[in-house]
Amino acid sequence: MTPTAKRMPVWPLYLGVLVVYPLLVYPERALAGLTEISVGRQLTYIFIYAILALGLNVVVGYTGLLHLGIAAFFGIGAYITGILTVSAYPFQTGFLVALVASTIGAAVFGMLLGAPTLRLRGDYVAIVTLGFGEVTRFTLRNLEEITAGTRGLNPVPPPQLPGFVETPLSWLGIGADWSLDYRLFYYLALGVLVAVIWLLANVERSRLGRAWVAIREDELAATCMGINAARVKLSAFAIGCGLAGLAGCLYATTLTSTAGPDAFDFNRSMIMLCCVILGGLGSIRGTLLGVFLLVGFDNVVAPVLDGLIQAAQINTSGNRFLTFSNWKLMIFGLALVLMVRFRPEGLLPSAQIEAELGHERKSHRPAEAPA
Amino acid sequence: MTSFPLLVAQAESAEFWQTFLQYALIGLTNGALFALIALGYTMVYGIIELINFAHGEVFMLGAFLALTLVLHVMKLDEATPVGLWVGIGLLLLIVPLFCAVINVSIDWLVYKPLRQAPKLAPLVSAIGVSFVLMNVGLLWGGAADVHFPDFVSRHNLLGEDAALSFTYKDLMVVLITVPIMIALTLFVQTTRMGKAMRATAQDPVAAQLMGIHVDRVIGVTFALGGALAGAAAVIYSLYINTVSYQMGFTNGLYAFTAAVLGGIGNIPGAVLGGLVIGLARSFGSGYVGERWTSALVFVILIAILVFRPSGLLGARTREKV
Repeated sequence: MTPTAKRMPVWPLYLGVLVVYPLLVYPERALAGLTEISVGRQLTYIFIYAILALGLNVVVGYTGLLHLGIAAFFGIGAYITGILTVSAYPFQTGFLVALVASTIGAAVFGMLLGAPTLRLRGDYVAIVTLGFGEVTRFTLRNLEEITAGTRGLNPVPPPQLPGFVETPLSWLGIGADWSLDYRLFYYLALGVLVAVIWLLANVERSRLGRAWVAIREDELAATCMGINAARVKLSAFAIGCGLAGLAGCLYATTLTSTAGPDAFDFNRSMIMLCCVILGGLGSIRGTLLGVFLLVGFDNVVAPVLDGLIQAAQINTSGNRFLTFSNWKLMIFGLALVLMVRFRPEGLLPSAQIEAELGHERKSHRPAEAPA
Repeated sequence: MTSFPLLVAQAESAEFWQTFLQYALIGLTNGALFALIALGYTMVYGIIELINFAHGEVFMLGAFLALTLVLHVMKLDEATPVGLWVGIGLLLLIVPLFCAVINVSIDWLVYKPLRQAPKLAPLVSAIGVSFVLMNVGLLWGGAADVHFPDFVSRHNLLGEDAALSFTYKDLMVVLITVPIMIALTLFVQTTRMGKAMRATAQDPVAAQLMGIHVDRVIGVTFALGGALAGAAAVIYSLYINTVSYQMGFTNGLYAFTAAVLGGIGNIPGAVLGGLVIGLARSFGSGYVGERWTSALVFVILIAILVFRPSGLLGARTREKV
């Protein structure tokens, strides 16, 4: 790579668009009248899933531990928020306490899971985390006295706005009632996401972030250089799972319910993993792009296509081959297989991985014959 | 309990042992099924150190093929008793063949180009393949559970009024799985190809240097694993009578747990692990509660991996640096 003149960063542009979008386009017309989907509302969920994927990226991308149960920590965060805020419980602490408690609670569970897996080889870590994810889901479903079983805990109340922001909000045309205007959730999720990105971008370059990458590249060499592998891996589990818990809290708050345990199943973990791998392991930009493409596809494009198929009267008999949603798993699966085979560094790889894998690829090419 | 009259205590203990034995029988029968699937995981892992996530899905597709053959091709629900037995025999040939072909094709198309890649690459690909196959199952059989015709009688072999129940169905599972396992053991222990498989599992490079065609050995391993999954699919469908596109994921995980429990890469270990998982499930649902059974199996899985990663019969190995 040749050194280039320092370019203007483009992220302020994206952020600006995201901040201004709901102010200009509101209330949205449902997309082409086909579905009830509102882009702004779905963007809110994309922000939340982006936080979840960034957490997974810490464990899988930076540290190289294949974590197949991230949805469990998302669920733990959601349920801690539920227990702390719903009226069925005596706590009713409000949003901020729940946010902190969800993050710390999920981080603690992450360390509890991480500690015994430290000695394990890579593929066994994958299975232990997968098993933990399933155990968590079954436990949430079965402990009906605490989690209300498949019904989930609800209603999760919205955050309390401090009085002084209501007037500036009304200037922007945003009402202070959370149940009427999704944009409050939108800005909440966007704000937290930006904070998380800022935090991770700094951690990435810190001593800890470099230690994560060193462990991923070669655990033995890293240990020889004086890195405490156990502590570094545990910190990755704690931070990754803590971010998942944070995302879970936002999810429960936005949905005003913890949803059921099945919202936190293996498929959720896998979609998040697909996002990270598609975008580029260990790359913040890549992870964000992956979430935008895959979750956007899952939540917006697929239902719209189904609506189009329905509106065009192609599939009046309910043929399952013509229902687009029935092809989603195949598309996710093919995306994984093809990415691993042909572009293992992802769409927007981190500079380091790109240098490594790109170099490898070049060296595989047959040498050009001299003229 | 000391104040109870002796007779009552005796009757209670007799009843306790009766239910206990019944759970044990159910557990062993189910365990034999898990063992068949677990063998596929363990053989592939033994050779290329890959957790073949798609294995459970191959099993699921086998069940759907069996269902399609039974309902639309052979029309077994209208067949005579003799035709029925011939039909089931044919199923036990066609479905394993089909599953073997799928498994080998997956290896050729997806895993083979990744042999030199970092270790997690084939694992992630395997998860991707499992998604694709699950989707094929969804399109093939629909999202709902499908009923598989009930051919084998539930008549109790121990007499109509016997306290224990061991039906023709249970007998069928034993009669099919045990010979398959014996045949597999003989194959691996005595044939030339079996010896090549053991050599490749020990050290692929050394095996190649000794003139073993490693790629062919890997192909045979995938074929055998697929065929076992196919046989398991036929037995499972005839035994449980419900097939669904999600059955591969759960049963695959149970079978994988069984393989790990026995010591992954170890063939007798997979059988032992399968039986233990079957027993754990049946005792779990009997004494702890049906809804906790799956959680129990995964807790066993985690505990084994954390405290004894080499499994019950596996040798302790160090990861190659």
